[in-house]
Amino acid sequence: MSIKYMDEYRDSEISRKLVEKIGNLSRNAIRLMEVCGTHTVAIFRSGIRSVLPETITLLSGPGCPVCVTDQKEIDAFIELARTKDVIITTFGDLMRVPGTFSSLQQERADGRDIRVVYSTFDALEVAKKNPEKKVVFLGIGFETTAPTIAAAILAAVQREIENFLVISAHKLVPPALEALVATANVAIDGFILPGHVSVIIGLKAYQPFFEKHRIPSVVTGFEPTDILQAILILVEQVEKKYPRLENAYQRAVTFDGNAKAWNMMQEVFETVDAGWRGLGVIPQSGLKIRERFRAHDAARVFDIQVHGTQDPRGCACGEILTGLKTPPECPLYKTRCSPTDPVGPCMVSSEGTCAAYYRYHAD
Amino acid sequence: MCLAIPSKITKIDNQMATIDVDGVQREVSLLLLADAQVGDYVIVHAGFAIQKVDEAAAKETLKLLREALSLMGRREGD
Ligand code: SF4
Repeated sequence: MSIKYMDEYRDSEISRKLVEKIGNLSRNAIRLMEVCGTHTVAIFRSGIRSVLPETITLLSGPGCPVCVTDQKEIDAFIELARTKDVIITTFGDLMRVPGTFSSLQQERADGRDIRVVYSTFDALEVAKKNPEKKVVFLGIGFETTAPTIAAAILAAVQREIENFLVISAHKLVPPALEALVATANVAIDGFILPGHVSVIIGLKAYQPFFEKHRIPSVVTGFEPTDILQAILILVEQVEKKYPRLENAYQRAVTFDGNAKAWNMMQEVFETVDAGWRGLGVIPQSGLKIRERFRAHDAARVFDIQVHGTQDPRGCACGEILTGLKTPPECPLYKTRCSPTDPVGPCMVSSEGTCAAYYRYHAD
Repeated sequence: MCLAIPSKITKIDNQMATIDVDGVQREVSLLLLADAQVGDYVIVHAGFAIQKVDEAAAKETLKLLREALSLMGRREGD
């Protein structure tokens, strides 16, 4: 069952007209970046890249949760999985991400207890059923996922499920935009801002960034019409040299965001500096579990030591996440690296840029 | 990670809602949503409803878009 008007968001006539209008308006060569893995996939799947005029280059930014997770964090997850009496619960995409020496999938094959769950509440159930073990959820993702983890920690406190823990490797989008703009050589003329991160943080969260840099920025949804509309707005802004921060996803995103979810996230987490793949350490771009929830914080409960962390050799994932390279520019792409045998996380996750290129043959 | 398509709430029991995803019933938590009701369309992320879809805004966006693209008059009576 779907909403009737949703079909109109996929209306090919609207899309065709939008493409036509973009073509008529676009004069200057511009580079637009989407900063959300779900947008990356939606753009490839709908074939938008192939119908846009040559003046427009679409880049995929650091929007795939698995991809931006620092190699040190991946290694820490693996180390945790090796800890006695620990059950790891995780979203599926993390399983095959290669750490420096192993992967979660490899660890599971070696007999560690690692379970893929659909939601944090499933992980909570695992904890309830296994009181003699410590059940650790691997917390990755952005502002959309962090509130679901906060909700699970609060529920664990309330229901006295003391053996439920989280290791928080969450990342925040606005600081990443700052870091991207500050990265030398990364020239971006406009941002397609994430839909569901914005549902939580609201349009207002981007205001400081926008006011500082005056780069055209549009929040949008995931239907072809949404994405094309955002591109049209960005092209208009660039051509008229009139940058704005706009919301093309009014049916879901408000100025203030989802206050309930946001407050829950603030109750459980505080911001900290965090390391990102490809972007390095970005100030105040990560979330740490607050002191009063320390019993549920795996980073405090366990002494996790990782040594010798190294990024996958030859993998250009970091440069791809910042728009400096595209997958075909990586020598390993399609030679040694493919979705069945991935070298780096950008090929593992279905939201990764390399996987999207591979799958939709966009080279 | 994001399920982009909104789903309809068919039942609410305490803080859990049953949603319909292409005919398949799924349970999602309502803990992150202030005022969900049966019949609402919601955006779901990893087992949680995170937002109600504003139907009026959805229609308004389409209307403005059609005007801007000179596509008025189509789909009257839809
Ligand atoms: S193709 Fe593979 S090795 Fe190359 S950047 Fe992508 S994930 Fe890394």
